[in-house]
Amino acid sequence: MRLLRRLLRRVRPLADRDWLLGSRAWLVVLVILAVLPRVSFAVDPAVLAAEAKRIGVASRLATSVVAIFSRGGRGGGSGVLISPDGYALTNFHVTRGAGTFMKCGLSDGQLYDAVIVGIDPTGDVALIKLLGRDDFPHATLGDSDTLKVGDWTFAMGNPFLLATDFQPTVTYGIVSGLHRYQYPAGTILEYTDCIQIDTSINPGNSGGPLFSAGGQLMGINGRGSFEKRGRVNSGAGYAISINQIKLFMDHLRSGRVVDHATLGATVTTREDGAVVVDGILDESEAYRRGLREGDEIISFGGRSVRSVNQFKNILGIYPKGWKLRLVFRREQVRTETLLRLRALHRASELTGSSKPKPKPGRKPKPKPGGKPRPPTRKRPPVAKPPEKYKHLHVKKRGFANYYFNQQEQKRVLSGMSRLGDFSGAAGAWVLAGKTAAGDAFRLTVADVGVGLSWKQKAYFQELDKASEPLDEPKGSGGLLYAMHMWRSFLAKREKGFGEFFYLGSEPLDGVGARVDVMISELGNVRCRWYFDRKQGRLLGFDSQRVEETDECEIRFSGDIDLDGRHWPRTIRVSSAGGVLASFGVETVTMKAGAAQ
Amino acid sequence: MIHRILTIVSLLLLSLTWCPSIAHGQSIQPTIQRVQQRTVKVFGAGGIRRLHAYSTGFVVSRQGHVATVWSHVLDTEELTVVLADGRKVRAKVLGAEPQLDLAVLELQDKELDLPAWDLEADVSDAGPGTRVLGFSNMFRVATGDEMVSVLHGVVAAKAPLATRRGAFESSYEGTAFIVDAVTNNPGAGGGVLVTRAGRLLGMIGKELRNSESNTWVNYAVPISELKQPIQQIIAGKYRARQRDPDETNAVARFRPLQFGIVLVPDVLFRTPAFIDGVQPGSAAARAGLQPDDLILFINGDLVQSCRVFKQSLGRIDAGTVLKLTVRRGDKLLPVELPVPETPDTPETPKKPEKPEKPATAGDTK
Repeated sequence: MRLLRRLLRRVRPLADRDWLLGSRAWLVVLVILAVLPRVSFAVDPAVLAAEAKRIGVASRLATSVVAIFSRGGRGGGSGVLISPDGYALTNFHVTRGAGTFMKCGLSDGQLYDAVIVGIDPTGDVALIKLLGRDDFPHATLGDSDTLKVGDWTFAMGNPFLLATDFQPTVTYGIVSGLHRYQYPAGTILEYTDCIQIDTSINPGNSGGPLFSAGGQLMGINGRGSFEKRGRVNSGAGYAISINQIKLFMDHLRSGRVVDHATLGATVTTREDGAVVVDGILDESEAYRRGLREGDEIISFGGRSVRSVNQFKNILGIYPKGWKLRLVFRREQVRTETLLRLRALHRASELTGSSKPKPKPGRKPKPKPGGKPRPPTRKRPPVAKPPEKYKHLHVKKRGFANYYFNQQEQKRVLSGMSRLGDFSGAAGAWVLAGKTAAGDAFRLTVADVGVGLSWKQKAYFQELDKASEPLDEPKGSGGLLYAMHMWRSFLAKREKGFGEFFYLGSEPLDGVGARVDVMISELGNVRCRWYFDRKQGRLLGFDSQRVEETDECEIRFSGDIDLDGRHWPRTIRVSSAGGVLASFGVETVTMKAGAAQ
Repeated sequence: MIHRILTIVSLLLLSLTWCPSIAHGQSIQPTIQRVQQRTVKVFGAGGIRRLHAYSTGFVVSRQGHVATVWSHVLDTEELTVVLADGRKVRAKVLGAEPQLDLAVLELQDKELDLPAWDLEADVSDAGPGTRVLGFSNMFRVATGDEMVSVLHGVVAAKAPLATRRGAFESSYEGTAFIVDAVTNNPGAGGGVLVTRAGRLLGMIGKELRNSESNTWVNYAVPISELKQPIQQIIAGKYRARQRDPDETNAVARFRPLQFGIVLVPDVLFRTPAFIDGVQPGSAAARAGLQPDDLILFINGDLVQSCRVFKQSLGRIDAGTVLKLTVRRGDKLLPVELPVPETPDTPETPKKPEKPEKPATAGDTK
């Protein structure tokens, strides 16, 4: 009380200056408050600390939030920077109407030019690149699988395009549900395995970040359940999980229009709750590995399957072409197999009008499109790209921006020079040695054909214009033709093929480390080339003779240095889920002229 | 300046008297898990004409009694309840109190032994400012064994729902918790509002829209109002409340049935006046009316809904001619029906367990 009195004494002279403040009532109030601790409105220091932390996190994160405007200035949305060189994530439905070049505002009040990089129309994700700086403030990607229902989250962005100074609007709420599945609504757009939040999401928030309370990027806000309350927050917003986007990140960086996947089989829930196959494509790999109608799906991609939506959730987060482990059961027999996922869409569905006309009479579910503009959607006048950055966009079919694919190709192929120069090695290449099983072999790869003598048998693949790629030896998926592809690649690089591009990254054989993937196409033959991400080492490739057939999977290891050229010591060949042979190379000879 | 000093001083004083017993910052995860275990998803009638066919419920007995909101969803023999663990169980309506928007379901599997709310021990009351969580099957977002959605908010008021004709039309007129979160979404009715410590406060009501301002109110009916009826329905001792006296004393007026017209159930805020059935031998049958005809005009006035039609019918004079215009397919057909000399006398609902449902704010546009 002595302390109190001393404090009051100091207050009085000041207070006397003003009648109102000087009145004794103030002192009485102060005294009452002091002696009545139970009715105090004291703020718990923990609350103040939590508030201070929240404010700190929010102001730090705000610098990474992007306000996106189309160049015509007719609409926009939000985004978030994820790298210092300007890569930013947003929704596809934000960039769709914005054209190839956009204007982006940051919380520093500056407006930056940005260019489209890659798009995922199904997953509603787009990658753009802000230009002009290499020290952009950016968010840190979190692990969205660590989120729990009830966790606090920040949503940031530019709802209703309110912020003319580009300061993002911050909303705060909780995770309402996880692993939610949102049906496609009149478009090919589908939200799988997404995060449901009660954090307020409104039109214009689209493409903006969802942060954890700790400030890690957990998702991209893009959709909400609205139904009838108009296009404003109705308590249920959805964010695409950052873990899904991570799986697509390198695909997006490739500048492509990326696709999601299907198994080639549809599933339904049986009376007893089991998830069973109710339809399967005969030409699918799943069918070739033995999956049939009526089989029960036990797990997929390492996650157990207990509902149809769960199956869709698992499938929905992977790009086409990934290999996933499928476990299924038929009459107590359990089968485990690794399958490459098929494309969900035809190329035309993705690159053409990506928004099919909604069925008559059924209004598509409104989305927080961030495009508060009249529904009569005429194509906005295409604004001229900024002169300075014109070269950063290259048009090509199947690509959002081929320029970025060119850059990635250069990066991945730069490691190839370490293998030596094969460009002059036009003659026949003869590789001889023993397989792991001890059988001698001799492989000859030349312009006119490829030959293999192995286990007292001779196999041959002709290579004139009329010859078809054969499955030789039988069941190898076309080893001989694959060797021809290998020689073409080493000798001629991308010039040996009709099409050649960077695909993105995926785990080698579905389970290994992430590798960079290049695609080559020549006639019907399509190869996937795998490169080590650190040094750009060629790890192997899969060659497919004809669509819907098993690939010939070639994996290289070891190193033979011969006159500055590097050859693999071991060539392992697998197909259809089994290893054919592991060829141990002992001698390599390069001959001029034709072989055999 | 003086203000600031005073504030600083008072803050200093208050921090001296800070009471550390104020609970703060405890995790809500245990609450979420506990409540989700006791919340179920209800699937029944609907799915057409923008009517949602799903709602929420909460388990009120270990034997499998579920309290839920009384709505069109329950108007079916094929009622399914999905438990928190994803199990599907058939259910039937054990009893209902339409004036409280309450129904109690009985699960058909008796061996369940479910985690259930204790309506004596688990219940609490709350005033304005109480932080709350709402749990519901809103928008049917959670499927299979997925857990229902959780929202956070604050009790804004505990006050009577000022329902009135033309504005908030709700069958429940008692005290309600009004919350600042968007709890009352399609399918959320029958969900629960709890404190952050997991004490049960109320049952989330149906969607309620003010037709004048086009705003929606988010509310929950306090468990204190529901406890007794729930317990009595389970015990088989419940008798539905009497209707309001002024409603039973309403003046005699003409009703659709008197003309042989059976309208579709009036479950939407503005249910289009579709004819559901025509009684054989009735005036409607003689005039050629058919099921699925949409009544557009009555004596030249536009009919916007079942309710408007009933109201208009109540105003016509005995012995005149009733002129209707109906739409059948793409055709508009004029129809004339003779109006009888005496109107119907109002009667109390014959089946108290299934009275005509009062239209509440439902799925509009």
